[in-house]
Formats: sequence, C-alpha cells, structure tokens
Amino acid sequence: MADAALLSARGLGIERAGRLLFSDLDLDLLPGEIVHLRGANGAGKTTLLRILAGLSRFGFEGKVSRPQPALYLGHQSAVKPLLTPRENLRWHPSGEQFGDAGALEAALDSVGLYGYEDTPAGQLSAGQQRRVDLARLHLSERPLWLLDEPFTAIDVQGVARLQQRFARHAAGGGAVLLTSHQSLDLDHGVRIVDLALAA
Amino acid sequence: MATSSFYGALLRRQLALALRRPVQLLNPLLFFAVVILLFPLGLGPAPDTLSNFAGGILWIVALLANMLGVDSLFRGDFDDGSLDQLLLAEQPLYFVVLPYFFVHWLLNGALLALLAPLFALMLGLPARATGVLVLSLLLGCGVMTVLGAIGAALTVGLRRGGMLIVLLITPFYVPVLIFGAAAVQAAVAHQPAGPYLALLAAMLSLALGLGPAAVAAALRISVDS
Repeated sequence: MADAALLSARGLGIERAGRLLFSDLDLDLLPGEIVHLRGANGAGKTTLLRILAGLSRFGFEGKVSRPQPALYLGHQSAVKPLLTPRENLRWHPSGEQFGDAGALEAALDSVGLYGYEDTPAGQLSAGQQRRVDLARLHLSERPLWLLDEPFTAIDVQGVARLQQRFARHAAGGGAVLLTSHQSLDLDHGVRIVDLALAA
Repeated sequence: MATSSFYGALLRRQLALALRRPVQLLNPLLFFAVVILLFPLGLGPAPDTLSNFAGGILWIVALLANMLGVDSLFRGDFDDGSLDQLLLAEQPLYFVVLPYFFVHWLLNGALLALLAPLFALMLGLPARATGVLVLSLLLGCGVMTVLGAIGAALTVGLRRGGMLIVLLITPFYVPVLIFGAAAVQAAVAHQPAGPYLALLAAMLSLALGLGPAAVAAALRISVDS
C-alpha cells in the first residue's frame, strides 16, 4: 500500500454504564476515503469519534494511531456568541493557521455568511452559528476530518454544498469520517460503517 | 500557525471575551468595594481599630474576589466545545493555558491591586504601607490565579463544581494570605516587608513553573469523561 493510513484503530472496545457499546473494532482511514459512521442513538458514535480524535485517552480498549492531528468538529460548535464570525475563526482555539484575511472572507462567503463577517455571532441563527464552525472546512489544512453530525441545523442547499466539499477534500488526498443520520449523496464513493453490526 | 501568534490570538480572544461582558468585568470590583464598605459598619468607624485590621481585611477580600471569578475560567469553553478544540491544538497545552491565567490575573488581580490604595485610604491604612499592599496583591493574586485555575480545571466537568472548588483551593490560598497580610503588617510596623514579598515572588515562580502542567493534565481528565 503506497499511502499510509491517516488514521488506524485496532481492537477498539468500550463499555458505558455497564453496557458494551462495541468491541474489537478495527478501522482504517486512507487518503481519499469518505467513511459514513452509522448507528442508532446511543450506539457510541460520538464516543468513538472522541476516541479517534484523541480527546478520550482512557477508559477504552485498543489502540489508535494518528500521524497528524485531526480536524474535529463536535456537537458543540465552539463559536463564541460575543465574537464575530471573523474573530471566531481568526482566534480559533484549535491553534491552526487560517490564512490571511482574504482566505477567511472567502471561507465565510462559501458557507453563506457573506455580509455577516462582523456581526456578533450571538445575533446569528443556530444554523448560521454552525456555519461559522463549518467555515473551518474551507480553511483547514489538516488532511483528516472527524465530523460529528456536521449537517445539524444546516439547510438543504448547505448540506449539498458540504457534501461537495467532502468529495473535493477526499479527491485532494484527505479523508473524512462523519456521523450523520442522513444518507449521503455524492459523486465520491462512500464506505459505510455500521456500529450496531461492528459490535 | 507560528506558535507564538497562537498564544497572542488566545490572549486577544480572552481579552475580547472579558471586555465585551462589562458586567462580569465589574463583578469582582463591585464585590471588593461592597465588602470593604461593610467593614467600617461592622467594626465601628474608629480609625485605630480599622487601620489595625486594614491590611488583613484588604487581603481577605481580594482573595475572595479572586476565588469568585476563577470558577468560570474554563467553564464557558467547556460548555461550548472550545476546550475540545484547545486540547487538540498541536501547541503544548502547558503554554496554551498561560493566556487564560494572564487575563484572569489582569482582571481579578491586577485591577484590584491598583484600586486597593483607594480602599486602603478609606480603611485608614498608613500611607507607608500602600506600596507594599499593591505589590503583595499583584504577586499574591498571581499565585491564587494559578492555584484557582487548577481547581477550576479539575471541576470544570462537574455540573455543580462551585462549592467543591472553594473547598479544594482554600487550603492552598492560606499561605498566600498569611505572607501577603504579613507583608502589609510589617510595612505598617516599620519593619522590612522585603522577605515576605520575596516569599510571595518565590511562590509565584513555583506556581507558574508547575501550575500549567497540573492545569493541562486536569483539563485532559475533565474533558475525557
């Protein structure tokens, strides 16, 4: 195999509240792959994603190796209502360089926030606040994306545009692992991992 | 991102967040002012009694004001997911928490220290002790900020961490209070306050050296649950 995996997990197992969520789960993410992680509510999707991102370090079995840090997009959007979208990105706590002012504006434009760059995020709608977080997908240079329900609060066109972005990222050698209850509809091949079956 | 510019960005982020919520900014100052105004009413306005206690009073109230704000140090970031992002940053968490310390110290320590002479005057603290009071508060609030941050990082994952953090960190505040108040007492009594200030400075160095590592570890544990 020419390409090294961007993420590889071996023998993952986790128990929450006395219930086995999954065990002996192997997962590899190669450059160019889009993986759709599915499972019922409470199946452990978020737990798994946090383990893969490196936020959970204890309390599970198995090993995760990640040569580079991932871009992680969680349930909470890490958007501060007191800061404007521009400031939220420029001072983003993930420590990533988000390019110059022009790149920032272009990213906000491509998530449909043109004209809202300097409005405090607290005055934006839930969907718009979510889009501020999603603008990172247009700025980040991290190849591995771990996205927890990225379509929450996003409208139909927004979802379509996001899916195009995923396909472009994968075509450019990146990898995407996302959870969603919607089915994906994109030109790029999608590998489906079902947590209920994996357990 | 150039590493240093990330710390600069965090610093500006914390400052902007604090300055855009003026009520929260004024909280510690208001608390400081109100409590100190109550002392002459409770102890009686006799200048002799008041000026005897002034150093201790100012120090205790500054300690409480500092403790009041420290609980919220990481809470907002924990609630909205910013803390997750912070922990995923490539930059060492040890340095990443320093801007948090600095802004908290600035608004809940330095600001109080600079206003303290005004209240010292009100309580009748001899003017010769004012300089030592300000200096001891500047140093002591730095130590208390770091210690408080450890407590805040440990309890940030708990729904009701408010009372727990007070129990956790108060014992560690005690030496700071003792040496801080002693420095002011010494200045009032025409004795050298230098040794006490040096001890406070030593505590601050120790806290700044080891504290960030403790906070970083505590944050990782708090987020991992």
